Amino acid sequence: MALPKLKQDATAARLVGLALPQGSAWATAARQEALARVAAMGLPTKRDEYWRYTDPASLIAPQAPAAAVFENTEQPPFDAIDRLRVVFVDGVFDAAASDPLEMAGLEIARLADVTQLDVHWAKDLMGQLETAGQSPVERPIAALNTAFATDGIVIRATGKAAKPVNLIYLHRDENSDAQLHHLIKIEAGADLTLLENGPAAARFSKVAEVDIADGGAFHHVRTQGRDHERRAFTACFARLGAESTFKSFTLTVNGALTRNETVLTLTGDNAVAHVAGACVGDGAFHHDDTVFVTHDALSCESRQVFKKVLRNGATGVFQGKILVKEGAQKTDGYQISQSLLLDEDSQFLAKPELEIYADDVACSHGSTSGAIDETALFYLRSRGVPHKQATDLLTLAFLAEALDEIEDPALAEDLQGRLEGWLARRR
Amino acid sequence: MLEINNLHAELEEGDKQILKGVTLNIGPGEVHAIMGPNGSGKSTLSYILSGRDGYSVTDGSAKLDGVDLLEMEPEERAAAGLFLAFQYPVEIPGVGNMTFLRTAVNAQRKARGEEELSAGEFLKIIREKAKTLKIDADMLKRPVNVGFSGGEKKRNEILQMAMLEPKMCILDETDSGLDVDAMKLVSEGVNALRDANRSFLVITHYQRLLDHIQPDVVHIMANGRIIKTGGPELALEVENNGYADILAEVN
Repeated sequence: MALPKLKQDATAARLVGLALPQGSAWATAARQEALARVAAMGLPTKRDEYWRYTDPASLIAPQAPAAAVFENTEQPPFDAIDRLRVVFVDGVFDAAASDPLEMAGLEIARLADVTQLDVHWAKDLMGQLETAGQSPVERPIAALNTAFATDGIVIRATGKAAKPVNLIYLHRDENSDAQLHHLIKIEAGADLTLLENGPAAARFSKVAEVDIADGGAFHHVRTQGRDHERRAFTACFARLGAESTFKSFTLTVNGALTRNETVLTLTGDNAVAHVAGACVGDGAFHHDDTVFVTHDALSCESRQVFKKVLRNGATGVFQGKILVKEGAQKTDGYQISQSLLLDEDSQFLAKPELEIYADDVACSHGSTSGAIDETALFYLRSRGVPHKQATDLLTLAFLAEALDEIEDPALAEDLQGRLEGWLARRR
Repeated sequence: MLEINNLHAELEEGDKQILKGVTLNIGPGEVHAIMGPNGSGKSTLSYILSGRDGYSVTDGSAKLDGVDLLEMEPEERAAAGLFLAFQYPVEIPGVGNMTFLRTAVNAQRKARGEEELSAGEFLKIIREKAKTLKIDADMLKRPVNVGFSGGEKKRNEILQMAMLEPKMCILDETDSGLDVDAMKLVSEGVNALRDANRSFLVITHYQRLLDHIQPDVVHIMANGRIIKTGGPELALEVENNGYADILAEVN
């Protein structure tokens, strides 16, 4: 079927003058296939079913809208944690600022280097999970990323990683337009914690493909900070083998537009996938969490917990789906998305979906939006807690269920402190 | 201590007048009880004194130690020494009881220009006070009132009162939902706080609470006014004969 004219034009405008990066034969093939997917699907417009609540125009425009660089004097997240730092400045790897790319239990390299090699395991991953994740819902911006991203991190965990890998995304140029593509393979029984933080660029596109073998574990904690005008599209495609674990938590603070897609496929029995997010938005802030979890094996557990605090006209979006395929018996699926609207100008748009083809499953979902509980507020104030402090306390309480998803207490405390600071600055 | 003079108030929505001229004076160290039939305005009086939204005062005044309460925000009233033990203590998921109490204690100290308590100092004081109210460590750790039984909630109110050391305590039907043992425990907690500089206003339907917390003065409230004032014997009269006789006598 021919694409609508609007889509054709938008896609052509974005692709004009772009050349696929140079690389070895397999990398070039993966990129050519990705480009073919983009051409076939067309880039999204606001008329697309999954872009109705978030206008993709600025994410696919030929020119990235500028974003001022925010002067930040705060200590960056995860600073107190022993980790391997990998720094990207406006999407370009900064070797001098990074730690040496070596750690026991890991193979770690740059995508820019790996894609020059004639033989590499990444051949079997690059573009593969992204392709699989295009059905039943198309994700053309992710394919665009596969085609054109020149850099990213490539990690193979073969054992328990000695410490977390921290991808630090610095933003220095107010016109930067960055694309990163990460490939992560967790071998059987291996365990990796990935941390991400930083505003990254004026416009940032990031795709991660995460393949978790049987018994592997992938833990992910990220903060999306703080530059008010930045825009981001991120997508994580993960495949979970038997008895494997995927746990991801994202804290988003500020940003003109953020779309975080998480596409998880549980292919082995007894896999566990948790994806959670907390965001706080004030004013020109649009945050979209789009999650698709496919249960395709026995006795798997999935959990989606998303909480949003919105004020001064900020917008929150949640599109979450649990698909339970035929035969995926004993599935335990849970999904909750809630927003706290601190004024009447803010809005929350939610589309929770369940699609179930097995008869012995437990799936639940809930979505709410509401204001601060006046009764609780009065209770706190009657005990002497000033109005704004009481509001903050209740706001943190609202976010607690999402923050509880962070397993590591040091990380949880770090992010909790950042939220408290954000609220305190707005008193 | 607390001087209420000709207080008139109505619901903001619907203009329904609830208080129709309440006058009440409570001196330092005194315990007053207010009894009265349902809908007489007892709880409304406690809400208006503590500053809850939804009511507007149309006439009269309420002062605590000569300072106009009605002009203050709820948190300012608390810092000035007013405390309301809620009839229905509020559950606050996600806020730990201990965090809540420490925030409240330190907010009040700060408002009064006193130094805030350190975590260690606070812990020492709360452990001691919790023990006398038979509140265990687990109850202190749990979110405020979440999953607490009726008795636990009321004990938690008294613990807050003990920690905040207010000078004017209002107890709004603290006996509701309590079994005999819980009522005894709560009453003991209240009695332990009685002293020459702390006053109490105890709102209740039933005389039995007043067996435990013995009042100096008993008021009968009906239809938005205090219609009769007497000693503890007035409570017994209500217990034995109901409100009908008193209402008839006044009318």
